[in-house]
Amino acid sequence: MTAKLKIQNLTKIFGPNAREGLDRLQAGDSKAAIFEATGNTVGIDNASFDVEQGQIFVVMGLSGSGKSTLVRTLNGLIAPTSGSILIDGEDIASCSPATLREVRRNKVAMVFQHFALFPHMSVADNVAYGLKIKGIAAAERRRRAELALEQVGLAAYADSTPAELSGGMQQRVGLARGLATDPEILLMDEPFGALDPLIRRDVQDELLRLQKKLRKTIIFITHDLNEALLLGDRIAIMKDGAIVQIGTAQEIVDTPADDYVRAFVADIDRGRVFTAESVSSADPVVLQLGTDTSETAMQSMEDANCNALYVLDGEEIAGVVTYQDAMAASRDDDATLADAIQSDFPTADRGSALHELYGAASSGLPIAVTDDNNRLVGVVEPEALLAQLSGDTSADPAPAAKP
Amino acid sequence: MFSPSDVLLIPFDDWVNILVREWIVPNFRPLFRALQVPVSMVLDWLDTFFNAVPMLVFTAALALLTWRTAGRGMAIFTVISLIFIDMIGLWPETMTTLSMIVTSVLFCVVLGVPLGILAARNDRVLAVIRPVLDIMQTVPSFVYLVPIVMLFGVGMAPGIIATIIFALPPIVRLTNLGIRNVRGDLIEAAEAFGSTSWQMLWNIQLPLAMRTIMAGLNQTLMLALSMVVITSMIGAGGLGLTVYTGLGRLDVGGATAGGVGIVLLAIILDRITQALGEANGVRTVPLRQTVLSFFRRGAPASTAEIRRAA
Ligand SMILES: Nc1ncnc2c1ncn2[C@@H]1O[C@H](COP(=O)(O)OP(=O)(O)O)[C@@H](O)[C@H]1O
Ligand SMILES: [Mg+2]
Repeated sequence: MTAKLKIQNLTKIFGPNAREGLDRLQAGDSKAAIFEATGNTVGIDNASFDVEQGQIFVVMGLSGSGKSTLVRTLNGLIAPTSGSILIDGEDIASCSPATLREVRRNKVAMVFQHFALFPHMSVADNVAYGLKIKGIAAAERRRRAELALEQVGLAAYADSTPAELSGGMQQRVGLARGLATDPEILLMDEPFGALDPLIRRDVQDELLRLQKKLRKTIIFITHDLNEALLLGDRIAIMKDGAIVQIGTAQEIVDTPADDYVRAFVADIDRGRVFTAESVSSADPVVLQLGTDTSETAMQSMEDANCNALYVLDGEEIAGVVTYQDAMAASRDDDATLADAIQSDFPTADRGSALHELYGAASSGLPIAVTDDNNRLVGVVEPEALLAQLSGDTSADPAPAAKP
Repeated sequence: MFSPSDVLLIPFDDWVNILVREWIVPNFRPLFRALQVPVSMVLDWLDTFFNAVPMLVFTAALALLTWRTAGRGMAIFTVISLIFIDMIGLWPETMTTLSMIVTSVLFCVVLGVPLGILAARNDRVLAVIRPVLDIMQTVPSFVYLVPIVMLFGVGMAPGIIATIIFALPPIVRLTNLGIRNVRGDLIEAAEAFGSTSWQMLWNIQLPLAMRTIMAGLNQTLMLALSMVVITSMIGAGGLGLTVYTGLGRLDVGGATAGGVGIVLLAIILDRITQALGEANGVRTVPLRQTVLSFFRRGAPASTAEIRRAA
């Protein structure tokens, strides 16, 4: 698949003598040194990355690291000093103003940090603004604005003014305005940065819910790593205008590229980043109800150095058996393996975040990781969960099957 | 005591006389005459119209307008004022003055708003316009009359041209200010959706600057009213002429009657345009908020209001 958006060697230098700044940048001078010598500010320093269709690509970094500048070059609000921005193969950095306008009208929409709703227009007119600019008739505009408002749950507020809405609602209107023209790419510059934390959670979930349905290509700017990890299919970390690392949430938390990234991820809630899959043994030792006995069960547990194993009945999970129960069953002549099984066992979906596993792990039993058909695909040992949460990834995640 | 004029006495007045009489007047007279044509046309039409409308009909219409914009109290004031003016026998003069004012303000808007828009969109235009506006506002209104008479002659139209020049600066300045004060992120948003520069002006900048522009219109109107008496010295009529002739003949009663007429007209027009500006605000600022803003650090209510509207 070719990239929806392809950014190559993008550089932006603010100031009177961008050329000189560019030369110095290429010679390896730092942002601070260039500012000292020329008075030019490096906004973006040679950024390159691809964004696939349907992805949420998060750009994060401290304030002043060039995130806003980067996202504004993507729809031409800021012209880059050098480099190219290919949207479906067309270069935004070097196209004519008329082409750029067409791209803005049809392909790329933007959602702003402080909402930037037009205070003199009703909510519906705000949402319909992009359609009006395209010359769509008033009735059709209204219909599509109402549809977009419905998507964000604000259909009832079409005739209110923005000032009558709360911050969270205003940003939903901002989102609806971005979606109304049905763009392929949505640029979001710290869209939830101005909202308080509870509301922010709400709109983040809302965005994820919408994205599941709409599958837009989203460039999402944030300075909040938790937000980045929650939303981003891929995450780019910026520092002084340069991109220092690009990867998935787990890659960035697991293997930070440098101290800057490490400092970012230091107090991250790892329980929200990693999934059950990341700590489960891929090919767990299991027992078969038909063939295994209490004795073979005890033997397998000794070999695998663990205290409990799952028992399958064909493909179905029959339950879990602990070493103690197996031992008790083996002493009792009447009891079989089936009598030792606990059918009330903890389970987790393979995509669940680790923090959702805390309750399951408290039973002390290994957690069964299942797929959509309730088949066992892995087992999470409580110790592996703790090791991942503490960042001690050297620990063996779970006992692997012996050959 | 020595003074520089002992050495050299510059015949400045002669130079100006020569420049104007020998060069500007013969060469440009037709141009200046042509410039008067649209002004005279609008003025004649309005003057005829206002004087043709029966007094009671006009009073009712203006009272209705005042009532809809500035409220009931102001409407009652309007009715009483107009009846008073009629009873002191100054109705025709008042209508003439009104038509002069409306003509001047109309031309100020037609010239000033586009100039203000240009200045707001282009720093170089602003750099050229700003000193010109400064000069226009610092030159005493009396001094305008000399070149105006030389170039345009005497009469109604030259009087109105002098008024236009004098009253133009506020509307240009405040149009420029209003558009420049439109929040940057709103401009950015409009641009991000692919607005052309006209769409931006029409949908975003002008509506959001409207309150500030209306404040400029109000100031322009007040300046135009302040020229009423002065222009009567170069042949303009109306209430100004009543005051001027009253002064000339030491007829205190006549001059006062004319003056009262001008003041009443000024109050009515001021209130209507102020109210129009408020109606155009993005949201009206409730009294409580205005009062509170006095106790807050930063800008007083009026400027804060303008900024918010912008
Ligand atoms: N219009 C501008 N002129 C000069 N410097 C600018 C301009 N816009 C941004 N900058 C500078 O570029 C750098 C990146 O800014 P920005 O993209 O706003 O960062 P962020 O959004 O990550 O906080 C900062 O050092 C900022 O001062
Ligand atoms: Mg920013």
